[in-house]
Amino acid sequence: MKKPIIATASLAGCFGCHMSFLDIDERILDLVELVHWGKSPINDIKTFEQDCDIALIEGGCCNDEHIHTLRDFRKHCRILVAVGECAIMGGLPAMRNNIPIQECLEEAYLNTPSTAQANPERILPNDAELPALLDKVYPCHEIVKMDYFLPGCPPRADLIYGALTALVTGQKAKLPYEVIKFD
Amino acid sequence: MSETIETSSEIITLTIDGQEIQAAAGQTILQAAQKNGIYIPTLCALHATKENGLESDIAPGTCRICTVKVNGRTMAACTTPVAQGFVVENDTEELNDLRKTIVELLFVEGNHFCPSCEKSGSCDLQALAYRYQMLSPRFRYAFSSREVNAESPKLLFDRNRCILCRRCVLAIRTEDGKQLFGFTKRGDKSGIIMDEELVKNISEEQAQQAMHICPVGAIIRKEKGFDTPFGQRKYDQNPIGSETVCTTCNGEKS
Repeated sequence: MKKPIIATASLAGCFGCHMSFLDIDERILDLVELVHWGKSPINDIKTFEQDCDIALIEGGCCNDEHIHTLRDFRKHCRILVAVGECAIMGGLPAMRNNIPIQECLEEAYLNTPSTAQANPERILPNDAELPALLDKVYPCHEIVKMDYFLPGCPPRADLIYGALTALVTGQKAKLPYEVIKFD
Repeated sequence: MSETIETSSEIITLTIDGQEIQAAAGQTILQAAQKNGIYIPTLCALHATKENGLESDIAPGTCRICTVKVNGRTMAACTTPVAQGFVVENDTEELNDLRKTIVELLFVEGNHFCPSCEKSGSCDLQALAYRYQMLSPRFRYAFSSREVNAESPKLLFDRNRCILCRRCVLAIRTEDGKQLFGFTKRGDKSGIIMDEELVKNISEEQAQQAMHICPVGAIIRKEKGFDTPFGQRKYDQNPIGSETVCTTCNGEKS
């Protein structure tokens, strides 16, 4: 049987979920026996060379590039898994959802102790190359259909490993009480 | 809606999930269940214990997480008094799914960002989400705009996490009986207001009691935080409701 291909992406997240994934430690060798790796920051493959079976998505969507990436994953992957608090509810980035964007940018680039001196011309980032910020930070399932959710900030390594091996081997995931936590 | 519940010595027999139990007339279904070690989830209703400093049980009937079926009709267990021959359904797939839906609605309606909350691990709402295996709410997040009041030296009141259960309104009072919290407005504009003058002068014990009584992380005692390590918090090891319940009777079933 052909090995399934796994892809991963980090959108508006802190890479903590990827780090937690790497916390499966030597079990990653077992996983390598079971799967091939597609596009992922872990192997630094940047494009979809072929369609993938399972994609782990970390982070919500806070700019147009995230939307584009997420839709691309939906197009090229059979199963999308929202990994972590940010992918599921927007998480820490979504704390800006009730603050006007102008105010956020001014706070970040003009008014903090570390930027007030360093940015005397009071420039807000405005290069056309930069992705445009969205009005709000959106959880992934509000942009595309997500198939599974693994909560946590980050999700426990055991939860990610258990869910992933279950998906790959076609078994039901074991989700013991201790591994599902929202923090 | 009862704040205090009068009971008499008349004995009433009813069944909960097929188990025959006895209760005193005037008790609610919830109290009868608790007395008999049967778990019915609650967020607003609270059993009086030494720990929470309440003199009598409170049952505002606001959250409806304790919804049970009584003779086929859905009722709130915390506000419905027992009656002879009641047939109560409680731990059924249908009711648990309904309760899970209520938890999901509460999660999307406020801004419950668990990783930043000091009550995480000891929060009743979060614990119910774990119990009913909510991996993600089925509804869109409202991202409601809510105020945080951090003016008081002893208490932080974070409306983002408030589920309007009304526990604080009923239970937290000054020594001379004045309310520290009150309800304001109606419908989707409902909210809790805090008497800033009174709250300014509360004692450390009362601040602790307020945090303890709040089922979520809306009322947080200041100046001492995150003092319980991960793994030792209230619901880290065992799901909410896994302990047998009657806490006034020193943990015995009675």
